Amino acid sequence: MLYSLAPPSIFDPASREADRLYALDVYFIVASLAVLLLVIGLLIYIVLKFRAQPGDEEPRQIGGNRKLEILMIGGPTVLVAIFFYLTVTTMRAVHPPAGNRSPDVVINGRQFWWEASYPGTAVTTANEIHLPVGRTLLLQLRAADVIHDWWVPTLGQKMDAIPGQSNHLWVTIKKPGIYDGVCSEFCGAQHAWMRIRVVAQPEAEYRRWLQERGQSARTPAGGTALTGAHIFKNATCGNCHRVRGTDASGNAGPDLTHFASRKTMLAGMLPNTKENVRKWLQNPQAVKPGALMPQFKYPKDSLNALVDYLVSLQ
Amino acid sequence: MEGNVYIPKPEEQLPSVDLEDSQGLLQWISSVDHKQIGILYLLMAVLYLLVGGLAALLIRTQLIVPENHFLSPQVYNQLFTMHGTTMIFFVLTPATLGFSVYMTPLMIGANEMAFPRLNAFGFWIAFFGGLLLYFSFLAGGAPDTGWFNYAPLNERAYASTPGVDYYCIGLLLGGIGTVGTAINLIVTILKMRMPGMQLRHLPVFVWMVLVTSFLILAAFPTLNAALSMLLLDRLWQAHFFAATAGGSALLWQHLFWAFGHPEVYILVLPAFGILSEVFQVYSRKPIFGYTFVVASGVAIALLAFGVWVHHMFATGQTNTFNAFFAASSMLIGIPTGVKVFNWLATLYGGSIRFTTSMLFALAFLVEFTIGGLSGVSFAVVPIDWQLTDTYYVVAHLHYVFVGGTLFGLLAGLFYWFPKLSGRMISERLGRWFFWLFTIGFNLTFFVQHFLGVIGLPRRVYTYPNLPYYGSLNLISTVGGFLMGAAVLFLLYILYQSIKRGEKAPDDPWDAYTLEWLTTSPPQLQNFGTVPPVRSFQPLRDLKQDLNKTKTA
Repeated sequence: MLYSLAPPSIFDPASREADRLYALDVYFIVASLAVLLLVIGLLIYIVLKFRAQPGDEEPRQIGGNRKLEILMIGGPTVLVAIFFYLTVTTMRAVHPPAGNRSPDVVINGRQFWWEASYPGTAVTTANEIHLPVGRTLLLQLRAADVIHDWWVPTLGQKMDAIPGQSNHLWVTIKKPGIYDGVCSEFCGAQHAWMRIRVVAQPEAEYRRWLQERGQSARTPAGGTALTGAHIFKNATCGNCHRVRGTDASGNAGPDLTHFASRKTMLAGMLPNTKENVRKWLQNPQAVKPGALMPQFKYPKDSLNALVDYLVSLQ
Repeated sequence: MEGNVYIPKPEEQLPSVDLEDSQGLLQWISSVDHKQIGILYLLMAVLYLLVGGLAALLIRTQLIVPENHFLSPQVYNQLFTMHGTTMIFFVLTPATLGFSVYMTPLMIGANEMAFPRLNAFGFWIAFFGGLLLYFSFLAGGAPDTGWFNYAPLNERAYASTPGVDYYCIGLLLGGIGTVGTAINLIVTILKMRMPGMQLRHLPVFVWMVLVTSFLILAAFPTLNAALSMLLLDRLWQAHFFAATAGGSALLWQHLFWAFGHPEVYILVLPAFGILSEVFQVYSRKPIFGYTFVVASGVAIALLAFGVWVHHMFATGQTNTFNAFFAASSMLIGIPTGVKVFNWLATLYGGSIRFTTSMLFALAFLVEFTIGGLSGVSFAVVPIDWQLTDTYYVVAHLHYVFVGGTLFGLLAGLFYWFPKLSGRMISERLGRWFFWLFTIGFNLTFFVQHFLGVIGLPRRVYTYPNLPYYGSLNLISTVGGFLMGAAVLFLLYILYQSIKRGEKAPDDPWDAYTLEWLTTSPPQLQNFGTVPPVRSFQPLRDLKQDLNKTKTA
């Protein structure tokens, strides 16, 4: 399934950090609704009560009232002070400095997809980012080209990925599940299809995933997939894409070592099916206009073989 | 009347300036009369409102259903960039300046601006700046990087069409014109007030114009510097904003928002001024707490320069740094809130007339409070971390710029129309327009708060078919078309009123300030003599004196 049943809402917190933000949201909504209702209530009262009547005398000319003015300033000041306190405490709780701790995952924003690598392992993947539940993770955010922004609403705050600097983000996911998000800083033609999928797994399952994805790609035993592997090599796909265990070691496009194990393709745009892979290779600009994938002209057989190879990269 | 003050005649008269001839195109082009330039500014705002509005409707059409293919992403990105840039720089700015240069001399009992030729220069260079921005469509593509045009996306490597170059040059020209007009307004207000008019006698609107002009003077140079740096980057390979060559992407954000946030107040303070006049006249009461209202305007202007980082809370600054800007951004909410309560207190105990102008002013109180409160949520850093760059921001900024500035400008339009045109505007049709526009506006933008909360980022040319995304966007699009229809209806009302409206008397609303003392519309020479001034409601004082003389 490409999309979950519920949209990713900030009112549906799935991490401890998001819980803190959610609590602050609730306080803020209560306070601002109170202010809004006060203004609307006063306005309705005034409008009903002080409607001009024919033959009205000029109303009493009141130029001001110092006590009332001080109340008008004092009221908002108290509210502001409360929210400043809550702001600082919440900020410190969910976003302490990273210090010297090394990140659990390094996320690199690129036009128009996400690259995730797991320090200490060989694993590099794209767009579907697996994370373990139950422990506090440090994500590091970088950008390879322009500014992007990491945002998974149910997991808490967003954070920019900025070229030339690295930012960080803490997240403690409460339970396994799929959490969707999206790039939230305009980054060019395909900003809309730069979606994020976090796959949160229990620790053991996560370790197994890391271990499996750490292995090199298997060379196809034979058949069209093997032909496809040769085409992949000869068509210079490897200049941009990496397939671990082969010569292909480019890093401009997504790592394809375990491409077929991902459920979606093109940063959450399409389900990862054989048909979609074929469409994409045939004419990338028709599928995702503005994406940086160049168009190659393949004879039909070669195209089929290439598709067979890619879907074999489990 | 005894003790009347003589106002010097306008000095800068072009030989052809003759009111019989005032319909001539050449006369409009060569005019240095502040009233004609004011109207030119307003016409420019209307022209660009139609163009920017068309872009908005194309945007809403694209977003009407999920995964729509009505527009390509490249075209969509040009449209939303041009929509924002146009509305900020070539609609709201000229509209507020239009009322400012038209009304300021009239309200301070002057016959002209301090520098009439600079006034004409300021308008024309801004007008041509706008044309140059639009010329980009013919020159290889409009800018497609958003109205705040973040680095390094705005660099040649990522924005390869000349669109961003035209953005820089167009805004530079607009900025130069705006700074010129601001200087002109400051000098006019400080030096050209009628004899005897103290600063404490200035109408609130003129105070807000003065404060706004100082804001322009301090903020626009930052923008102009940033635009020049960007042009150097793009045309001569400088590296101010290119991280790969030792530049800084965030530098652009700092420079842009150090201008951009004061810009919000540049656009909203004149509207505050208009509303302060409208509330007084249609409730028959003086503004409650004149000093507080003016002082809070000054406080907003000062604080406006210390809040820009709240546009950048998600850029990875330290908590301490963010806390400073959180505090300043919350503080600026206080003087703004004070104004809302002062206006409510002005209305309280009044005798309220529900003219179209007043309807917009009353609706403003609700719309602007919504925009103000959602604004405070961005000062609460952790909430900003969730909602910045989502549709919640789109909702917020439209509640401020439309619900705030535009509602204020519309209140001003219906209030001053008899003075500007010499004709009464149809109140019956005006009310229809008010309801159509207000309902359309709230339909369009209120639901966008929810879209942001459920994870839809701004500036996406399409969106996946997630629950509620389609239905909320559909509501928003329907509202957008209602607003579009309302704007066309407004043009019809204006046309109809100019052609067939009743002749307007000098002072149809029984108002309080000096622009209503002269004819509707004013002649080239606004005033011969003006009665002495002793308060910020000089016309009311005059009428009361006359009444007393009558009864005595």
